[in-house]
Amino acid sequence: MPHLQINNLCKAFGGLSAVLNFDFYINKGELVGLIGPNGAGKTTVFNLITGVYKPDQGNIYLNGEDITGMPPYDICKKGIARTFQNIRLFNDLSVLDNVKISLHIYVPYSLATAFLRLPVFFKGEDEITQQAIKFLEIFGLDKKKDEKASNLPYGEQRRLEIARALATRPSLLILDEPAAGMNPNETKELMELINWIRSEFDLSILLIEHDMSLVMGVCERIYVLDYGQIIAEGIPEEIRNNKQVIEAYLGEEVD
Amino acid sequence: MEDKKSKRGKFLLEVIVLAALFILVQYLITTGLLNRYYQINLTLVVINIILAVSLNLINGFTGQLSLGHAGFMAIGAFGSVIISTLLGYPFILGIIVAMLAAAMAGFIIGVPTLRLKGDYLAIATLGFGEIIRVVLQNIDYIGGPAGISGISKMTTWPVLFISLMVTMVVIVNMINSSYGRAIIAVREDEIAAEIMGVNTTKYKVLAFVVGAAFAGLAGALYAHYFYIIKPETFGFLKSFDILVMVVLGGLGSTTGAVIAAIFITVLNAFLQEYAAVRMIIYATILIIVMIYRPQGLLGNKELSYKILKKIWSGKNASSTNK
Repeated sequence: MPHLQINNLCKAFGGLSAVLNFDFYINKGELVGLIGPNGAGKTTVFNLITGVYKPDQGNIYLNGEDITGMPPYDICKKGIARTFQNIRLFNDLSVLDNVKISLHIYVPYSLATAFLRLPVFFKGEDEITQQAIKFLEIFGLDKKKDEKASNLPYGEQRRLEIARALATRPSLLILDEPAAGMNPNETKELMELINWIRSEFDLSILLIEHDMSLVMGVCERIYVLDYGQIIAEGIPEEIRNNKQVIEAYLGEEVD
Repeated sequence: MEDKKSKRGKFLLEVIVLAALFILVQYLITTGLLNRYYQINLTLVVINIILAVSLNLINGFTGQLSLGHAGFMAIGAFGSVIISTLLGYPFILGIIVAMLAAAMAGFIIGVPTLRLKGDYLAIATLGFGEIIRVVLQNIDYIGGPAGISGISKMTTWPVLFISLMVTMVVIVNMINSSYGRAIIAVREDEIAAEIMGVNTTKYKVLAFVVGAAFAGLAGALYAHYFYIIKPETFGFLKSFDILVMVVLGGLGSTTGAVIAAIFITVLNAFLQEYAAVRMIIYATILIIVMIYRPQGLLGNKELSYKILKKIWSGKNASSTNK
């Protein structure tokens, strides 16, 4: 059984179909890329998977369970976490609090004990803080835990977003253009990091990326989306030489 | 470990300071040093703090603009008076019923309206606040537009003090817990919060219900101090008064709400003597504050020992530099 399977997914905005007959699967532990020109519908697919949009048609299965149309917070609890193309941190809050919010789904005390500040509250808060710091340490952000998230440099904001997503302890991590705005060096580091967290946290990863070298270098399988439809699927070698893909990116050849 | 020790020390210090404050005021009242005029204003200060801090939970921390807070206060006021004056049960039961009734109203109004955002929510809550007032005006059992009079005065200083402490403890403890972080996440970015597993509707309603309950408490205290209550007292102008305190103090700052509630109540009392120009001066002061501190007196920061210490040491440092 695939980790995530999508059958015949459709989503239209007004008369424009953003995603059409989208079929997709990702196996456990796989690293799959979703590429395509601007406006191809990649982020819409992510929004459909994570419940931000409700699909018009089609089904999404996580480990065989139908999660189509579930609200985002339930899908999160099922084990899907994501980052955003345009970073969406809780800007006014500290770096540490950003990660702590992700741990709220595992909150070890009730609201009543929080009102009364019983010992179980303090114990729970200590636990949450320690776990959050652990995630920050992985991404080298523990020294900046008290800074406001919006004050971090761009690259660190990206890493904090991944840390925050990982803190929900997902089984499937979805990254929307994680290398956007990074220089080649940073991109390379990021790729190493993505590979490392995949094995460390036993994750399946789905990523959208514009940087071709990055996608080709790290993904095991690639889907190519154009005008809301999949035009190619395969290992990086196949995609690189696929005529339709080249056309979609560079335009048709002139005879 | 030292951190824990100093925390405990601070907590003890707080308790001692508060107990001293309580005893001091109680002493001033029993000896008659604090005359009736000051007592009325003291009561208003406490009631306004409860209102501002509870509205700040909704508007400041959850980021949901509500303009119907006076409606919940009205439910609390009339609910408690029905229990204590009309039915003759003890005042404490009236307070409990006031809070429960207001919380229930908060839930009933919150579930449908909190799907709305920004301006739409503000208008919807404004409408609901007015509906509560008009409904109350048309119930003959509670006197219609004339309201209820002859309410015995039960809101004494100990009652006020305990009410204030309960409000502060519940709301501050809630904000500083994981549930509070979820509530603040809703304000910061709803989509990101949902993706991180926060059921935003649930936490909006939770904040709305808790805020409404304490507005109900404030209503009960108000009713049992001023002898008479009329539905029109709790119109949208009252809601705006509370909103002004919250915005002035800084959205999302509990200590800011407290300071602003004290400031505005005292200002109002002071301006009573200049009735003709009262609103002009009041408005001018608000405009000046909003021009120079658009984020409110405290922004979204809290007044803490750390900041006080910083200001103190800053002053010392500058004086030694000279």
